[in-house]
Amino acid sequence: MIPELGHFALIIAFAVSLVQSVVPLIGAARNDAALIAIARPAALTQFLFIGLAYAILTHAFIVHDFSVLYVSQHSNLVQPLMYRISGVWGSHEGSLLLWTLILSLWTIAVAVYSRNLPEILMARVLAVMAMISTGFLAFMLFTSNPFERIFPTPLDGTELNPLLQDPGLAIHPPMLYMGYVGFSVAFAFAVAALLGGKLDATWARWSRPWTTIAWSFLTLGIALGSWWAYNELGWGGWWFWDPVENASFMPWLVGTALIHSLASTEKRGVFKSWTVLLAILAFSLSLLGTFIVRSGVLVSVHAFATDPARGVFILAFLVVVIGGSLGLYAWRSATVVSHGRFRAFSRETALLLNNIIFLTAAAAVFVGTMYPLVVDAFGVGKISVGRPYFDAMFSLVAIPLLLLLGIGPAIRWKGDNWARIAKVMTVIFIISLVLGLLLPFLIEEKLNLSTGLGLAGALWVALTTLKDLSSRLSKKLKLSLSYLGMVLAHLGVAVFVAGITITMTYSEEKDLRVEPGSSYDISGYEFRFSGTRKVEGPNYIADEAVIEVWSDGKKSGELFPQKRVYSGKSNPMTDASIDKSFTRDLYAALGEELEGGAWSMRVYYKPLIRWIWLGCLMMTLGGVLAVSDRRYRQTVKAKVKKSFTVADSAA
Amino acid sequence: MNKRSRRKVLVIAIVFGVAIAAVLGLTAFEENLLYFYSPTQVKAGEAPESHSFRVGGLVVDGSVQREKDSLKIQFDVTDNTETMTVEYTGILPDLFREGQGIVAMGNLQPDGQFVAQEVLAKHDENYMPPEVADALKKAEKAAKEKGPQLGDNQSAEQNPTGNI
Repeated sequence: MIPELGHFALIIAFAVSLVQSVVPLIGAARNDAALIAIARPAALTQFLFIGLAYAILTHAFIVHDFSVLYVSQHSNLVQPLMYRISGVWGSHEGSLLLWTLILSLWTIAVAVYSRNLPEILMARVLAVMAMISTGFLAFMLFTSNPFERIFPTPLDGTELNPLLQDPGLAIHPPMLYMGYVGFSVAFAFAVAALLGGKLDATWARWSRPWTTIAWSFLTLGIALGSWWAYNELGWGGWWFWDPVENASFMPWLVGTALIHSLASTEKRGVFKSWTVLLAILAFSLSLLGTFIVRSGVLVSVHAFATDPARGVFILAFLVVVIGGSLGLYAWRSATVVSHGRFRAFSRETALLLNNIIFLTAAAAVFVGTMYPLVVDAFGVGKISVGRPYFDAMFSLVAIPLLLLLGIGPAIRWKGDNWARIAKVMTVIFIISLVLGLLLPFLIEEKLNLSTGLGLAGALWVALTTLKDLSSRLSKKLKLSLSYLGMVLAHLGVAVFVAGITITMTYSEEKDLRVEPGSSYDISGYEFRFSGTRKVEGPNYIADEAVIEVWSDGKKSGELFPQKRVYSGKSNPMTDASIDKSFTRDLYAALGEELEGGAWSMRVYYKPLIRWIWLGCLMMTLGGVLAVSDRRYRQTVKAKVKKSFTVADSAA
Repeated sequence: MNKRSRRKVLVIAIVFGVAIAAVLGLTAFEENLLYFYSPTQVKAGEAPESHSFRVGGLVVDGSVQREKDSLKIQFDVTDNTETMTVEYTGILPDLFREGQGIVAMGNLQPDGQFVAQEVLAKHDENYMPPEVADALKKAEKAAKEKGPQLGDNQSAEQNPTGNI
């Protein structure tokens, strides 16, 4: 009976979302305060019912209600509580429910934190968000009901894929969705502004904090996914250019362009229609990302053919959202005029170049990810795009991007003289280049151009960022939180680039045949393998290898990689063991048992790999810091109210 | 230079930069496209000799041979019509098993031996790589065998018995 309540709650939420999509818009068009006032309570009601449905599904997981098909497919009796709760978003139906819940959370947040917004604009924003919600609720109710029953009720369920039973992965999808769905706020603001035909700098000021915080979540979500892949998959890599990863990376790239473009629009009132286009694009790619990961298109395009309802719905939804918003854009953007003038050498130009670079990168990923799907869909053949393509594209894009990142923040808005900053920039450029090229020489006593350039790039970004900070400090300028956020995020880029460069060049990986009692050398570390033993976990049995790691005659650590067999699964699972430190990781993963107690084993030495995630974390915190800036909370009131009351009375 | 010609230079530089990126990108793209071939196609000589490609099928029961003191492995892959041998050195994924569908990426050697750099078996025991399911279906059609159909991809993925 309880699961039916969940289903019923979804139906009510669907009805409410329909009302919320239509009534406030009519109100906004007729300037009818009573109709406009419906938006907020509707958003709250919708949230309550979606929250109820979500709680009911979670409850079904916790109490092992296997009569619910979805529960029986993604949990069993021995599954730990934490992974029963995270099992809710372990697959398609539950992910959709989580997505919708997060959307309603963002809607509530907008309703609560934007009390300063003119009511008409607020009504439009909430209506647009409700339209997205309507689409998702309809998708769930008509094609992917998470509360579907199964009869007869199975005694036990199918375990959640053990790979997904990891704390990092348990919180990865919610973070990612917070990012994806967060872009819906920027999207809703953009569409609402187009509907109203009123797009000015204050519009950018409202959307900016929302976009930045969504971007922070997305950054963190992607970093967590990468961290999980590194820890769990046993391949020692941190990024695989897998379509699933690319699906989250594309909105990130466009989102990064968007937060930079919003800066121009807010500060100088330029690139308005471009920014709107980016907001539409970022959210469209988020939708695409959600669908291609969860709908099974990646497994097989022909999954569409076997379950046409889902495929057709997804395509129709994408067409309506993307086509509708682009159509609106084409119709309305001509009314949007950017007034700001700027010279060729100015901050505006630098940010424009930033946008071009990020969009080029996004286009490269898009082609590499979607082309195989398209080719497959037309039945031309089965192809995949190799990793070297993506690596080559990103090395190519990195050079102008890093160069620009060093110079951009030092250039003034409106127009600047290269002569003013030329001296400092040249000095830093030479220092970074010399140091960068020298470092690999010190490490391996030979010149390594690509590594040297990578390190030079990292140094260049770090030094120019710090120089800008110190010159502002010495001029006793007041440093805003949003400036400090930018500094932290840009330093994060430097750390990230340094981490990638060193890891890619100096990692050592070996597949070994190891015998008990013998030792193996890798990058100056001695791995002593003493044999394996049987260990038992809560829902698995494992062979565990015991390895001591020695360096310079001292024992520096122990590794216990496992080969697990989960109850109810016939295949073994690799659980890698990692000795972590700030400067290097030592990594061992068991292969399979060979003759005479010997095992195949994969060992890695990964220098500075932690810097990659540290860099991402710094970018995330930079975003959070920037959003905490007071000006988003205070000046909004004064400026905005004025401009909007004028606009609305005129309209 | 005056303002206007500076702006022109900027626009030209941007167009030029994006064009270079596009050309380099498409070249890299072309070079790194990996095509998929079934054992039947490889036997028929359709696979490239100088370029990496992917091949997939079911691992033949009893065909896995391991060298005693190294990590070199040989096994046969079949699409139920033709069978070919794959050589690989290293650690196989957890889900590599006889009878399981796998995809291997590698090259043909001058002697006709296929040497894999990478062997993929997806992390789900009921999962059949779509390429493999497709290759099996085609081979089956070609052989015009009567009897139980393999079914479409979807059911092959969800249904372990689809693995034959």
